[in-house]
Amino acid sequence: MAMALWKGNEAIAEAAVRAGIEAFFGYPITPQTELLEYMSERLPELGRVFLQAESELAAINMVYGAGCGGAHAMTSSSSPGISLMTEGMSYIFASEVPAVVVDVMRGGPGLGNIQPSQSDYFQLTRAAGHGDLHPIVLAPSTVQEAVDLMYDAVPLAQEYRTLVILAADGSLGQMMEPAWMPPMRSLPAESERPTWATRGAAGRPKRIITSLYLNEDDLEALNIRLQAKLRTIQESEQRWEEVETADADVLLVAFGSVGRICGTVVREARARGFKVGLYRPITLWPFPTPRLRELAGQMRQILVTEMNAGQMLDDVRLAVEGRCPIGFYGRTGGVIPFPDEILEALVDLVDAPEAAPARVSGEAP
Amino acid sequence: MNNGNGNGHAPSVAPEIGTVVYRRPAALSPAYTHYCPGCTHGIIHRLIAEAIDELGIRERALLVTPVGCSVLMYNYFELDAVEAAHGRAPAMATGLKRSQPDKVVFTYQGDGDLASIGAAEIIHAANRGENITVFFINNAVYGMTSGQMAPTTLLGQVTTSTPHGRDAHMHGYPMRAAELIAGLPGACYVVRRSVYDVRTVRQARKAVITAFKTQMAGLGFSMVEFLSSCPTNWRLSPSDALAWIRDNMEPYFPLGDYKVADAVHKLSG
Repeated sequence: MAMALWKGNEAIAEAAVRAGIEAFFGYPITPQTELLEYMSERLPELGRVFLQAESELAAINMVYGAGCGGAHAMTSSSSPGISLMTEGMSYIFASEVPAVVVDVMRGGPGLGNIQPSQSDYFQLTRAAGHGDLHPIVLAPSTVQEAVDLMYDAVPLAQEYRTLVILAADGSLGQMMEPAWMPPMRSLPAESERPTWATRGAAGRPKRIITSLYLNEDDLEALNIRLQAKLRTIQESEQRWEEVETADADVLLVAFGSVGRICGTVVREARARGFKVGLYRPITLWPFPTPRLRELAGQMRQILVTEMNAGQMLDDVRLAVEGRCPIGFYGRTGGVIPFPDEILEALVDLVDAPEAAPARVSGEAP
Repeated sequence: MNNGNGNGHAPSVAPEIGTVVYRRPAALSPAYTHYCPGCTHGIIHRLIAEAIDELGIRERALLVTPVGCSVLMYNYFELDAVEAAHGRAPAMATGLKRSQPDKVVFTYQGDGDLASIGAAEIIHAANRGENITVFFINNAVYGMTSGQMAPTTLLGQVTTSTPHGRDAHMHGYPMRAAELIAGLPGACYVVRRSVYDVRTVRQARKAVITAFKTQMAGLGFSMVEFLSSCPTNWRLSPSDALAWIRDNMEPYFPLGDYKVADAVHKLSG
């Protein structure tokens, strides 16, 4: 398929179809609704399942049900809807049912607004439901990358029998830009369905999919197994992008849309003579810690910048472990930072690393 | 697996010695249940298992279990089964059925699960005409958490969270789920039964079969509500608990057919 101009939400939807999604259950919420609308036309046309659920609670549990049967199922939502889905996400994770969720993040907390935000970082990486769990969280910075990560999300969910979340934000969902679409994957035949899926106990023992383990030793054994799987994912699935890090002595760390904005900041800073590089985590969980730790050894300062009050900042601090000073610049409430603001914060940090305060959301410099 | 006369009941003529007249349905597993003595979950489980055997659907039945006393019922059935979050069984069943329309998908839900925390999910599944079957166990109390008020607790009924009896002004009214759901256009077969004596058990058995047949014919949403006993949390003996269903629950929750679509009438005809 030739490169075409795609709206982010629709591009993610088409990429999901091509990735092999067979069933979509969702509930309208701005700024992701075009994804659901696109699926409402596209999936029935292919003889696949689309259903508008009565709530995000129902939608995630429909995904859970379809996934138990071995179908490649997904939902999409935005921040307040993701809060409702965390109950189901915990059950999905615990019972090791593959599922894909798209979060097109908007400003919070509460009803917030419909502008772009990255303030679900904690919720997605730390608190996607009760219990000890982490989904795989993928954070694209362009529409093309959103397509590519969506295409990878489906096999990742299947391979690890886990929950994969594509963490975009309102600007990525709403913007239009050129993207290539990957080829259409074929759907599994009945004989290729997973050996754990509930498809009827025909000529074999029954299968039970549950997250209930009343005996504490059994539940601990489950947790030990789940944690071992998470360690495997941590070892195998870290993704990040580096820009001009080879000779850098100052490092920007940013993900998603802000990571993209920081590409401009790096160019402008270098034009002013600063040796600035960019580290852009693509997997927010597993966070790409080892390479960041390594890079921190060569830096005089690190500036973390996010569209939140400092959430990934915690992971950067854990990775850097005091190897160099870390500054923070964040905008909240759906405000997208301009490159100039970030550059200014960067210059302040370089000039006086000990004095430069962490700044959030339009505070006077 | 049948006993030879096709309905799981003893034949009218005395059998030869050594003839099997009554056996565990193939859809039931040979497990001991954890239910309290006198609880009618066991009878209802058996009726469902007999219906599955009789209809020959064990190998394509998918059970969605609830949160409540019957949370472990997947251990008691020889079926593929999934365990739902509290109240979400109709949503899970929707996901299963939409992606595997050739299967027979059913939920089994208590009054807290279906009529309280899962009220939205059951209403919308029914209203969509979701082609699933729901068995709703109404015992007017939260059993597993040891006896709190349910949405179906009767006025004046003492529970551990209505120590002076349910008061309409403070706690609202007992909810009549079958009547509510029967009012939805997507619902196809909605009836209320009980299992407090031989007559009601036999009526319930027929309703379970009709509910499955409704789904198998692709007609839409089917639900059988059962008035069920909870001797433990009612603080009654098993036999007194059965009488309590008849004398106290049935007047407020009348047994009967609340919605039987014409197409369902033709099925059983």
